[in-house]
Amino acid sequence: MSDISELYQEVILDHNKSPRNFRKLEDANRKADGYNPLCGDQITVYLKMEDGVIKEVAFQGSGCAISKASASMMTASVKGKTEIEAEQMFDEVHKMLTGELNPKAGLEKMGKLAALSGVCNFPARVKCASLSWHTLRAALKGEQGLASTE
Amino acid sequence: MKAVHEIPVRDAWKTDRAAYDVTKIREDFPILKRKVHGKPLVYLDNAATTQKPMLVVDTLHAYYTAENSNVHRGIHFLSEQATTAYEGARAKAKGFLDASDTREIVFVRGTTEAINLVAQSYGRAFIKQGDEIIISAMEHHSNIVPWQILCEQVGAMLRVIPINHDGELLMNEFERLLNEKTKFVSVAHVSNALGTVNPVKEIVQMSHRLGVPVLLDGAQAAPHMKVDVQELDCDFYAFSGHKVYGPTGIGILYGKARLLEAMPPYQGGGDMISLVTFEKTHYNELPYKFEAGTPHIAGVIGLGAAIDYVNAIGMAGISAHERELLAYATGELSPIAGLRIIGTAREKAGVLSFVLEGVHPHDIGTVVDREGVAIRAGHHCAMPVMQRFGVPATARVSFGLYNTKEEVDGLVKAIHKVIQVFG
Repeated sequence: MSDISELYQEVILDHNKSPRNFRKLEDANRKADGYNPLCGDQITVYLKMEDGVIKEVAFQGSGCAISKASASMMTASVKGKTEIEAEQMFDEVHKMLTGELNPKAGLEKMGKLAALSGVCNFPARVKCASLSWHTLRAALKGEQGLASTE
Repeated sequence: MKAVHEIPVRDAWKTDRAAYDVTKIREDFPILKRKVHGKPLVYLDNAATTQKPMLVVDTLHAYYTAENSNVHRGIHFLSEQATTAYEGARAKAKGFLDASDTREIVFVRGTTEAINLVAQSYGRAFIKQGDEIIISAMEHHSNIVPWQILCEQVGAMLRVIPINHDGELLMNEFERLLNEKTKFVSVAHVSNALGTVNPVKEIVQMSHRLGVPVLLDGAQAAPHMKVDVQELDCDFYAFSGHKVYGPTGIGILYGKARLLEAMPPYQGGGDMISLVTFEKTHYNELPYKFEAGTPHIAGVIGLGAAIDYVNAIGMAGISAHERELLAYATGELSPIAGLRIIGTAREKAGVLSFVLEGVHPHDIGTVVDREGVAIRAGHHCAMPVMQRFGVPATARVSFGLYNTKEEVDGLVKAIHKVIQVFG
């Protein structure tokens, strides 16, 4: 059994209360909307790409603490990364959220994002945490339409 | 013929229910003794589905271990037994709704299928281009989408009765919407997201003045109050078995015989025919015309047992008990700082929806779950209701016949834990 404080770590509560990069990016050249039909979480991810590098990233939307904190932490961690690096991070985050990551070596690599590792013990909340990453991926690929966790 | 249940069904439930003894009732539901996350389970998600009493579980077990057979076709002993039990359950459902004839009781998968059946069968036969269908702003998606599909198919228009800030229908707006183009009205008897009990008798009367038939979505009403379809005079009534302590996958569509007779079949197949040749098929009589294929026999028999169980306790007692719980919970939750109750209609049943300032309902759901309290968090398949109240979702507490005031106290304690985590 995992304690509730393992999910709602201080870092997450902080990002929920004061999300970083929580705004519309006026000069974005990529954008995607994400939606979790199960709980109604909605998010828009804005990217400003230059030569395959994420120069600026921001998000808007409404959702639970987990989805908001995850989106906030995502923007902080992918800024300055290349498209390929961001894709790799998506894979790592996905593994962490579903509990497939090596708890020691794997988690260390995740840096600040490791605060979300408790989510894997709350299966009902995995999609909340992964929504922003799915939406980021859709924006990177320049996909039209709605990204979904389904 | 011998009694259907050859395996003795425990009869604790049959004991005197003159007084509403919730402690005794809880003994009929072994699942309520479970612990989740190391805490005693407080199950307050009854609007999603109810727990099953041992009478239902035993009945399903008895059916599969001693009586399993197909209905309406075998000439052998078991098939006759299964058919008797199956049709016996139809008679119980007729009694439960106070219908006048078992021909008016159609077994379906649930409320959703019942509404789809009416939309596709009645709707496609009798609703034409330019006609109007009226629903309300507090409908579950299952009473919105089937009508939207029909509207697209036939070119009809969907009209929506608005609601006020307490979550009550604006009846003067309904009166304004009713006109000679209106060909159908379909509304919830009780709202699943707000708990509002709608003035359905008045809605039926007003619609009938213009000759418009009315379907009542009774999914959230049938578990909480006595339903008398003849007194309501509704044309169709739908509810789900699993929300009245029966199995999942089985529900009831009541329809006035006159209308069901005029309607074409919904699905074709076995059991719904009387004669098939490649030139022409003659459909079976009511209600079999609408029951194509091997039905959910165990589910039907299990639903019959659930109706027996509810009757044994008595709907009057259940309603009174749940009303008391709702009033108590409203009184206990209202003073909590930052808590807002969504749905404050004068007439409510079974459901208490709320939001907590600064905390998303999902997070409320997760934290209280860790305290053993099961509630629903989300849009409750009623996204237009969420939009109306300007919230993305709500936390919803919903009561069943076995809940107690102590459980409400447990909920209140768990909400304080939420506030502590997010404070």
